[in-house]
Amino acid sequence: MFAGFDFDVIERSLPYLFKEGMTFTVTLTLMAMTGGIVFGTLLSMMRLSSYRILNLPAGAYVNLMRAIPLVLVIFWFYFLVPWIGGWIIGAKQPIQVGAFWSSVITFTMFEAAYYCEIMRAGIQSIPRGQVSAGYALGLNYWQTMARIVLPQAFRNMLPVLLTQTIILFQDTSLVYVLSITDFLGAAARIAQRDARLVEMYLFVAVVYFVISFFTSYYVRRLQMRIAIVH
Amino acid sequence: MQYNWNWQIFWQPAPDGSGAYFGWLVWGLGWTVATALSAWIIALAVGAVVGTLRTTPLNWMVRLGNTYVEFFRNIPLLVQMFLWYFVLPELVPKALGDAMKQMPPPWGSFVPAVLCLGFYTSARIAEQVRAGIQSLPRGQRMAGTALGLTLPQTYRHVLLPMAFRIVLPPLTSEFMNIIKNSAVALTIGLMELTARARSMQEFSFQVFEAFTAATVIYILVNIVVVLAMRVLERRVQVPGFIGTGPAAPQAGH
Repeated sequence: MFAGFDFDVIERSLPYLFKEGMTFTVTLTLMAMTGGIVFGTLLSMMRLSSYRILNLPAGAYVNLMRAIPLVLVIFWFYFLVPWIGGWIIGAKQPIQVGAFWSSVITFTMFEAAYYCEIMRAGIQSIPRGQVSAGYALGLNYWQTMARIVLPQAFRNMLPVLLTQTIILFQDTSLVYVLSITDFLGAAARIAQRDARLVEMYLFVAVVYFVISFFTSYYVRRLQMRIAIVH
Repeated sequence: MQYNWNWQIFWQPAPDGSGAYFGWLVWGLGWTVATALSAWIIALAVGAVVGTLRTTPLNWMVRLGNTYVEFFRNIPLLVQMFLWYFVLPELVPKALGDAMKQMPPPWGSFVPAVLCLGFYTSARIAEQVRAGIQSLPRGQRMAGTALGLTLPQTYRHVLLPMAFRIVLPPLTSEFMNIIKNSAVALTIGLMELTARARSMQEFSFQVFEAFTAATVIYILVNIVVVLAMRVLERRVQVPGFIGTGPAAPQAGH
């Protein structure tokens, strides 16, 4: 079955695939994860707020993001970000946003909706009495959140947050629709140039599988280790 | 800086002469729904079987089921789409491969898209079904054995009827996932809803109108699915068991 295979094409393109492609994928994943968790945590605090003016828009945003396909979100932000940017700085024309920053913004905004739901569950898993205790000690809302609730919520939700990040890592392959050179994009380019689709796509699948599999194995072990036994 | 809104664009004739742009979006929705429903049949059938096998006392079956799930879970959907579309026809016997490559459009991209989404989602459903069966009290399985039921009978009459009711809410979100994930099929040329919105944007230059329309349609589809599943959940409810309560937080989309 592998008789007509040209494994050499993989070896030849390794530097390109990893130096260009994988670097882009990993950088995008890490930046979107950081931004997504920060923004998602803020969103979850808004969703749990008792003020309508905070929880309604946050809820609407999260539900909207979760209702539409990621591919459509990628297209939306690709066209929307230059206009919003232009509007913010008051430019006459929509500004130029590079492919990289466009994707970082897209994935941050999209994954924030999913991180938000995880953090919301995490915050809600903390007994109400701890918040009351914080207030009774004279701490204000931000102090209670930062010193009592959020550290525990993060700890409880760490495995789920990391699992979501693995999904994010896989999702970044969708920047392919903008013809960006991420790991898959780089492989697709070589595949088409050398007419070696089978070898390249199989190799891409193996690399994604190995990374995702071992990361999720590590997350499962972490989960067992930090689980609080009730 | 001014964006020229033109909401009348939907009623203007599309360049391919098939009618108005609105018709494009409707056709797109049709293909999205057709893809999602066909894939759902595969996903549900395979997912239920694999999920059930993973809870049996047979070790090798559990391991086989786990391998299946890990395989589909750890490769990005887009890469899987390419494997079905570009790679599979090259690996099967030549006659079959040629037949696959020569399927006329839209079937040439519809069939791989359905297979890809079906098997991808089946792994996720298998995970839900396994969790559903394992969430049943252990006593139920023992009671089945004590009554003299065989293993298949225990599953058929005791475990599965309850487990499937438990997994209904997660299955609802999996069904919405399959609708959303069908947008990935645009990379292999399926003209579903997102692809239609994208080509409408390319031809008419009305970016935001096209994407707004697609977004609104996806939201409407979501609402319909949620309402339909709510009715279904009520119809199949076992008296004495109220809902399963809020689901545990999960990563995914």
